Amino acid sequence: MKNEIIVIELADLLENVLVLKTKGWRLSQICAAFRDGHYELSYSFADDETLDYETLRINCPINSVVPSISEFYSAADFYENEMKELFGVEVKMMKRDYHRRLYRIKAEMPFLPEEERAKVVRQPDTAIPGAIPEAMKGVSEVPKEDTE
Amino acid sequence: MAKRSVVPFGPQHPVLPEPIHLDLVLEDETVIDVVPSIGFVHRGLESLVKTKDYNEFEYVAERVCGICSFGHGNGYAEAVEKIMGIEVPRRAKYLRTIWLEMNRIHSHLLWCGLMADAFGFENLFYQCWRIREKILDMAELTTGGRVIYSTNMVGGVRRDITPEMGRAILSTLDFIEKELVPIRRTFLSDYSVQERTRGVGVLTKEQAHDLGCCGPFARASGINCDMRLLGYDAYGELEVEPITATEGDNYARCKVRLDELFQSISLLRQALEKIPEGDISVPVKGNPDGDAFVRLEQPRGEAVYYVEGVGDKFINRFRVRTPTFANLAGLCETIKGAKYADVPLLIVTIDPCISCTER
Amino acid sequence: MADITRSPWLLHYDASSCNGCDIEVLACLTPVFDVERFGIVNTGDPMQADIFLITGAVNAQNAPVVKQIYDQMSDPKVVVAVGVCACTGGVFKEAYNVMGGADKVIPVDIYVPGCAARPQSIIDGVVAAVGLFKERYMQLKNKQPLSVGHLEGGEGS
Repeated sequence: MKNEIIVIELADLLENVLVLKTKGWRLSQICAAFRDGHYELSYSFADDETLDYETLRINCPINSVVPSISEFYSAADFYENEMKELFGVEVKMMKRDYHRRLYRIKAEMPFLPEEERAKVVRQPDTAIPGAIPEAMKGVSEVPKEDTE
Repeated sequence: MAKRSVVPFGPQHPVLPEPIHLDLVLEDETVIDVVPSIGFVHRGLESLVKTKDYNEFEYVAERVCGICSFGHGNGYAEAVEKIMGIEVPRRAKYLRTIWLEMNRIHSHLLWCGLMADAFGFENLFYQCWRIREKILDMAELTTGGRVIYSTNMVGGVRRDITPEMGRAILSTLDFIEKELVPIRRTFLSDYSVQERTRGVGVLTKEQAHDLGCCGPFARASGINCDMRLLGYDAYGELEVEPITATEGDNYARCKVRLDELFQSISLLRQALEKIPEGDISVPVKGNPDGDAFVRLEQPRGEAVYYVEGVGDKFINRFRVRTPTFANLAGLCETIKGAKYADVPLLIVTIDPCISCTER
Repeated sequence: MADITRSPWLLHYDASSCNGCDIEVLACLTPVFDVERFGIVNTGDPMQADIFLITGAVNAQNAPVVKQIYDQMSDPKVVVAVGVCACTGGVFKEAYNVMGGADKVIPVDIYVPGCAARPQSIIDGVVAAVGLFKERYMQLKNKQPLSVGHLEGGEGS
């Protein structure tokens, strides 16, 4: 019943996640926090047989681009979209990119301290093809002959 | 090519008391894609840590959700206690367990009622809620509140359960157990109920694992994941055996939740029998400095609490990953391929708690 | 029978409540508290509703929804704000995504306090709403006399 936090580098994220994936661990949660001018990203994984819990912790500055793990764990895109919308963490190659519309709220990056928000530079569209859900493109794109 | 259309579902929908919003992409009658969105109940509750000190925040944490409120308060308190190295008295741990289980009984009965309402069995809905009122009476007797108990605090609990209250709870449990038998029979062997539940919304074990599902939703697919096995509070001293099913359909989810009601009754009896004498809280000094992850089993599944203190009376970050948020991916998977008419039932079947999800 | 004041229909909408008040509103409709004995029926359709029960604080996202539901309801109508969040914003008042009580967007007639509001006080509020509804109905009736004939001459008669 371990419950530990392991600090890793951003570059080692995918490798570490892949190791846990092959061990058959379950993705428990991903969350972001902002502390002393940098992001703290926590990726938690759980093993239901031994009840172990492991959190991979990444410390990275604002505007660093984080690779998505949704290719390994398809449920990860909810958490990654959440990080992106509430904290402004830039995540690339998400399997499903909600384009800041998972949380339909007025405030932008509300969890980031106000003085830091201006520092965030929006990356050009990093979504992979097919990542934008069809329902968000609007019904108008449906071919006319089909709608009759 | 079949006709494709996007149908908005919610936020105001007759089946659900809560505002969930989904965009359903339909091909004729079949759902082929689901896009959930969050925001109708989003309050930004986690950001309130900046305005309330860590003792006050306990009461905000309880209001993450009004159905499983005690668990949220417990999770937050436990995380802070873990950071500050506070050992809660044994009696307080037992009291927390008792209230958690009462919370589970009320939440599962609530779900049973909403499920019955979703497939149009109004009588069963009223029966479930009639029984539920008994457990709410016990909550009121022991805590003063019906749905939000507010008895938790960092370092223990605020109220005690006297032997008379214990006896009242035990006799109520006998009543509930007796009344639950016909309810369970109706849910599991009634012909028309089975028509709506058997084979609908199947989620296989592999899918449930890949999508990170938890709670009764995952257990109905055969995943043996119950955080009560971690032995937090007094669960380490009680007998907990996770209830699982293998079918992974609506029927299995009904079965798991109904059996968990009986399990909770047995856990409550064990806890009331074993509860030790002693203090119910310890004084708390200082401010939390450090961070901790705490997991516990809510009625809807595994909830993760993360608290990060920086040695200040205001904590820096509070994060709760609620079970419904984890089950959202599984829900989308079950809805894909289902008929449009089954969508409300499938949403109810994961026991969604939207205010948990959106916080 | 043209006296609709004996069976006002009730519509419940959860703005951004924590669910506590919602399940208490539902509990009111179930056998133990049973507001249906006052002739009240819970409906999901704003067009047929007479009493609008709102729980939870209002935020930018659901404000248009609340307003739309209110506008869809036909006159006379009564709004009941249930719970301290719907009254003032409550414990969430300082949160960034909360505008405040329901009265920021729609006129509220009756405020039911409590966190969560107890079924007894909800019933109290609903009974007061029925009285107000009756009053408004009479006012409306005196201003524009309703012809009873067109109600009875509808479909199915």
